[in-house]
Amino acid sequence: MHELAISESIVAGIVERMGDARVIRVVLEIGRLSGIVPDSIRFCFDLCAEGTSLAGAELAILEPSGLGRCHECGRDLVVDDPLVTCPCGSVDLEVSGGREIRIKEVEVL
Amino acid sequence: MCATCGCSEEGHARIVDMDADHGHQHHEHHHHHDHGHEHSDPHEPTHDSRVVRLEKDVLEKNARLAERNRGWLDARGVVMLNLMSAPGAGKTTLLERTIRDLAGHPPVAVIEGDQATLRDAERIRATGGRAVQINTGSGCHLDAAMVAQALHALDPAPGTLLMVENVGNLVCPALFDLGERARIALVSVTEGEDKPLKYPYMFRAADCMLLTKTDLLPHVGFDRDACRAAARRVHPGLPILELSATSGDGLDAWYAWLRHPAAWTVPPATPEAYAP
Repeated sequence: MHELAISESIVAGIVERMGDARVIRVVLEIGRLSGIVPDSIRFCFDLCAEGTSLAGAELAILEPSGLGRCHECGRDLVVDDPLVTCPCGSVDLEVSGGREIRIKEVEVL
Repeated sequence: MCATCGCSEEGHARIVDMDADHGHQHHEHHHHHDHGHEHSDPHEPTHDSRVVRLEKDVLEKNARLAERNRGWLDARGVVMLNLMSAPGAGKTTLLERTIRDLAGHPPVAVIEGDQATLRDAERIRATGGRAVQINTGSGCHLDAAMVAQALHALDPAPGTLLMVENVGNLVCPALFDLGERARIALVSVTEGEDKPLKYPYMFRAADCMLLTKTDLLPHVGFDRDACRAAARRVHPGLPILELSATSGDGLDAWYAWLRHPAAWTVPPATPEAYAP
């Protein structure tokens, strides 16, 4: 359940940057290859936000894919899953992106 | 203010900490239709609110602390490795055997991570190795801050080979850099040979895989070729060693791997940090 630790870091990171300002909305970017389950973050976020300036904040999560380039055939493809196979049959892909675990923005009062 | 294009309405402050990453925005838009949940854009703040762009990497603090650990270790000439596996794959047993066999060349110290008890640290101490135990309580993994504390408690001598035995867990530890020079994932032959496929993040993050308890192969119907194929499926080119800490089979290759840091992924600050 690393999502709990991640959620704690998210709340602490926002409080550190925004001070006492009341946060009403948080936008996260959690890549599809990050190993983080967005639904678990949603569950943990409310718990971690309780009693802080983020209490009750709305949570929006964007889930970017990765981009892969096949080492065999050179094809570029969208990677949404850690076990991706190129249409040419190769599993040897150079993957960039999709691993983001990022606080994009917050809306504060 | 629209978070994507930055268009602003009168009376709304806009604070930009970093430039927007347009490369990622393509994917955000691309996937919005896949999900019934929240959209970032377009979003209209209320008249008395403002949107602050943070673009903050959540693991940045851990990454920074890990880099500090790496620098501290390099300066001391100490090499740290991160051992990860499911509970019961044989991490502690392999460490016990390794410490006895290396017999101080190089000296081995261990940072033990478990939710509770000092049992593993006691086992290491019984072999003559230095050990500190981290009890994570409810935590499912070690992080760089915990390891920093352990490093100060351990105070390893220059030339030490420092092994971190992470919390038994094939999921969470894969995400947290501790400041190690290499990550080692263990699978035992009493587990399923498809473990690497089921826990791809761990085996992709690993620099080396150890297939342990090979002395049990005649009794367990484990398909080692299928396991190797599964590991290479998620991590093409992953070095795989087969060994048994009980029979001693394969340990020479393991010790040879330990003695050749050039084969590891994260480049050392001091190439010959320790000389076995």
